[in-house]
Amino acid sequence: MSLAAIARTLLLAAGLAGLAGFASADSRVPKPTIQADPANGTCVAPAAEMRRNHMDMLKHQRDKTLREGERGAKVSLNGCISCHAGKQSGSVVGSRQEFCESCHAYAAVKLDCFECHQPKAGAQVAKTAGGER
Amino acid sequence: MSDKEQKPLPGRRALLSGGAAALGLLVAPGIRLIEVAGASTTASPKVRWGLLVDTTRCTPECKACVNACNAENHLSGATAPTDSQWLRKVELKDKRTGRTASVPVMCQHCAKPACVDVCPTGASFKRADGIVLVDRHACIGCRYCMMACPYKARSFVHAEVHDQNPEVPRGKGCVEGCNLCVHRVDKGQLPTCVEACPNQAMLFGDLNDPNSALSQRLRTIATTQVRADLGLDTGVRYHGI
Repeated sequence: MSLAAIARTLLLAAGLAGLAGFASADSRVPKPTIQADPANGTCVAPAAEMRRNHMDMLKHQRDKTLREGERGAKVSLNGCISCHAGKQSGSVVGSRQEFCESCHAYAAVKLDCFECHQPKAGAQVAKTAGGER
Repeated sequence: MSDKEQKPLPGRRALLSGGAAALGLLVAPGIRLIEVAGASTTASPKVRWGLLVDTTRCTPECKACVNACNAENHLSGATAPTDSQWLRKVELKDKRTGRTASVPVMCQHCAKPACVDVCPTGASFKRADGIVLVDRHACIGCRYCMMACPYKARSFVHAEVHDQNPEVPRGKGCVEGCNLCVHRVDKGQLPTCVEACPNQAMLFGDLNDPNSALSQRLRTIATTQVRADLGLDTGVRYHGI
């Protein structure tokens, strides 16, 4: 084996090792950030159930609230936001650090609630006209 | 809710022996087949919310109701054809006599709403208590309701919206209009335009309750529905036009 061939083999081996190292690293897909305000008590359901069913709970409740006028129900999107809004931003979307967006980015599921709904907790929204741009 | 639950269901014996079984069909810890209803309110079909606008008390220069509506629902207040207007002041003039009237016009919350009839997706709907709303989850932005409404009460949102009131979701691509401040009414508050009027020209109440202040006032003064000839049975009545 010529010197060049040995060099090529070594290079290939190093490349493969590097690739394997990259694939196994945890940092390739960042884990979701879970932000919750423990001062507000516990969630409406255990975490495992919320992870699996929150979309069905919210979809079920949105029709009850909008069409039947049911207020004060256990499940509410504003209720989610009031506990899970980020401490700095006050929002559940906007960056990978925020509660809703971090998990939806991890799971690659499009999140369109906040094209209409306000992602910030109630107190942090300025009560002024001029919201439309 | 429980059909996707990962935990295995407890056996029949466990369910029967569990004392909690008697208390609302406990399937698994924290999971109930029949959810005990929380302290919630719902729209009642016994009620029909309505408004009386006394235009003799309304002055042309006053825009308090419009400004309050814009602030509550976080509308821009701009009046271009592409801007949302839920409540606007219309000046009426009898050309023969010269008499003028300033009239706040918003969704009339019809008993037989044309917007609901024409909506192809069922997004435009009337709540049990008579409030006509748009379900933005179902609205496809076809704007058929805007064509059908004789009061020009609906607007289409042309641009992205960012600073919504958390209780009033709004977004690009949907039709919207006066919701009679449904989020406030459900809390027992008055619509914001009624509360803001400095001349008490607006009266909000239950049209179905003969003892409500609204019904009593409707019995004593002459009121009209705008375009009563269309037979839509509006929830908003006017005095002095």
